Amino acid sequence: METLKKEIKEKKSSKPVRVAGAEAVIKCLLEEGVHLAYGYPGGAIMPVYDELYKYKDKLHHVLTRHEQGAIHAAQGFARVTGNTGVVFATSGPGATNLVTGIADAQIDSTPLVCITGQVASHLLGSDAFQETDIVGISTPVTKWNYQITKASEIPEVIAKAFYIAKSGRPGPVLIDITKDAQFEEFDFSYKKCENVRSYRAVPETDITQIEAAAKLINSAKKPFVIFGQGVIIGAAEKELKTFIEKAGIPSASTALGLSALKTKHPLHVGMVGMHGNYAPNVLTNECDVLIAIGMRFDDRVTGNLSTYAKQAKVVHFEIDPAEIDKNVKTTVAVLGDVKDTLTKITPLIQQNSHPHWLDQFHKLYKKEEEAVINNQLNPTKEGLTMGEVLHTINSQTNGEAVIVSDVGQHQMFACRYANFEQTRSNVTSGGLGTMGFALPAAIGAKMGVPNREVIAVIGDGGYQMTIQELGTILQTKAAVKIVVLNNSFLGMVRQWQELFFDRRYASTVMTNPDFIKIAEGYGIEAVRVSERKNLSNAIEKMVASTEAFFLEVVIEKEDNVFPMVPTGASVSDIRLC
Amino acid sequence: MLIMEDKQKFTVSVYTENNIGLLNRLSAIFLKRHINIESMTVCESEIDHVHRFTFVVEVPEEQIRKVVGQLEKQIEVIRAFYHTEEEIIYQETAMFKLSTAYLYDEKIQNKLKLRRAHIVTITTSFFIIETTGLKEDIDRLYEKLKPYGLLQFVRSGRIAITRPKMAISELLQEFN
Ligand SMILES: Cc1ncc(C[n+]2csc(CCOP(=O)(O)OP(=O)(O)O)c2C)c(N)n1
Repeated sequence: METLKKEIKEKKSSKPVRVAGAEAVIKCLLEEGVHLAYGYPGGAIMPVYDELYKYKDKLHHVLTRHEQGAIHAAQGFARVTGNTGVVFATSGPGATNLVTGIADAQIDSTPLVCITGQVASHLLGSDAFQETDIVGISTPVTKWNYQITKASEIPEVIAKAFYIAKSGRPGPVLIDITKDAQFEEFDFSYKKCENVRSYRAVPETDITQIEAAAKLINSAKKPFVIFGQGVIIGAAEKELKTFIEKAGIPSASTALGLSALKTKHPLHVGMVGMHGNYAPNVLTNECDVLIAIGMRFDDRVTGNLSTYAKQAKVVHFEIDPAEIDKNVKTTVAVLGDVKDTLTKITPLIQQNSHPHWLDQFHKLYKKEEEAVINNQLNPTKEGLTMGEVLHTINSQTNGEAVIVSDVGQHQMFACRYANFEQTRSNVTSGGLGTMGFALPAAIGAKMGVPNREVIAVIGDGGYQMTIQELGTILQTKAAVKIVVLNNSFLGMVRQWQELFFDRRYASTVMTNPDFIKIAEGYGIEAVRVSERKNLSNAIEKMVASTEAFFLEVVIEKEDNVFPMVPTGASVSDIRLC
Repeated sequence: MLIMEDKQKFTVSVYTENNIGLLNRLSAIFLKRHINIESMTVCESEIDHVHRFTFVVEVPEEQIRKVVGQLEKQIEVIRAFYHTEEEIIYQETAMFKLSTAYLYDEKIQNKLKLRRAHIVTITTSFFIIETTGLKEDIDRLYEKLKPYGLLQFVRSGRIAITRPKMAISELLQEFN
């Protein structure tokens, strides 16, 4: 052991270079393959920014207009690429402005490394200028965090940060570096982290559980799969497809699982949850074996737990042991990486099909189509619907676009109606429901996959929460397509007020500015559509543009998202109107 | 809606790396579920450089299982366990400061004998009684001494040794 340690030390010190902490930070990032980062400078992080200036050919830094914009951009980047997003911010307000994004990344399992400057170590605890205890503040919403007070800690801590952020169930890591540690010189060398002794990234898979799960699935008459973002994070899209095709199992997605399986796949029966599709919600309470794959039974998915899938035996494929039995009791828990566990189970599955069972989904789909979908896609009323906007986007992009949605009615319409042909195409703030997420996330997404069309679908409310990021588009020329669905309301809240608060529209009416002028002020081509006959042309123009484009669609003011599982109701009591 | 299962007392033992800020991270998990921590102790464990947190809480078993899962998920937590009262041997320590005026009070002297308590310091103005026992033992002594006007009273959190084995050393070997 000792000799091993010595060897590692010697290996490490083979080519040491004397650098300051700030330069070491950049060198670590380059070692981790980072070439793009987002952030906002300030006093306590200036030494790092000075190095960013020197290394600008190797590491491109995107200046956003607010730290929240920076972190959401990094999230958008991470969600479409699967790589860890990197964010810089200064101490105090810079750091606290990251908190919403950190919490969002934590609950949606997004790998991020956030690097914040901190006051000099001799000032810690003295209420110095722009001192804030960001490690304390971010503790409950980070996968890991750490404060560096000595330059020599930088390589090891940053290596650990990247390993932790990305491995197992990913999440955000925050590293706070005091200003003196950024200035301090030391002998730098780097070694990637491959193991943290107190942390097991992927739990061991028990083969007997795989066998038990296979037996249960093979004996099922009405098996039903619900897949989540775990499939995308684990890059197990192909394995999922092979598995469900072999077993012939109708499969539904959670909001974050969307695009892991093509929307039009014959076994894809829609989305579960509060505003999900009718059939998968109702039939959750009729299946005999419920197979959950990389999803966590969020309350927006399950509705009332005491009436959720009580008749079913539950098989849960999951990487995070803390999720097992957290909300829904499992019959068989298959721990491990889904790519691996699905690969192992598929050979044990009998080739099968369940035509009658699948037909039940189709019948209920018809019902939803008649009651809800037709009115959205082919409205007879004058006002434009959010559904038809999504439908038009689908046909003009052939389902190849990345759809980044904000939070509210438009988000649910995007999730319900977008057609996804490729994985990693649905970027939305799921667990936290952060308004203001979409515009900066779309900027990050576009930079992550510059060859793909990236369309942000945003409400008039959420748009104004991070509208300043139009400045980032202006400066970086990120060719993001922005679609604001303007209903002049905080629509989702208004819908609840209509349904559950006797239409008392408390503070949900929006007096909006001229969005076209604002976009034009930032040099972005802008079009407003308020009549159906102009919609298709406008979207065509938007998709044809090689630059950023802003499209405002004036939507029917008081439209609602249906179906809906009211809070506290059972999934099978989903309302069609 | 919380399913109101019977609450029970549990002792949670958490073996961790020795890192600043971990207490914050662990207590936040109890806080998030609105669980009151009845007592807490932190110390070095039987393994070099490994710390042990001992929390006492009263919650339904269903809940403590989930909490332990979430504690264990923290990067620097090596292992977390929960045990019922029957599975552990535990003790608490308390000290009472009283005026020297009561030093020769016979009733006090008798109480001390019964409670296996003893005097650790005597000065001209005060004396200090120390005792070790179960929480209830200390509660009882507290009630008995309270009428004498306690100048100060302090008690420790619970320390506990489990009857079942906690395979922590083996686990660490595996990690290394
Ligand atoms: C930061 C934040 N504040 C408040 C909310 C609560 N909220 C959820 S949806 C919504 C309304 C969104 O309105 P808009 O952006 O116009 O979208 P619409 O629902 O009209 O499509 C609000 C206020 C939230 N999710 N996030």
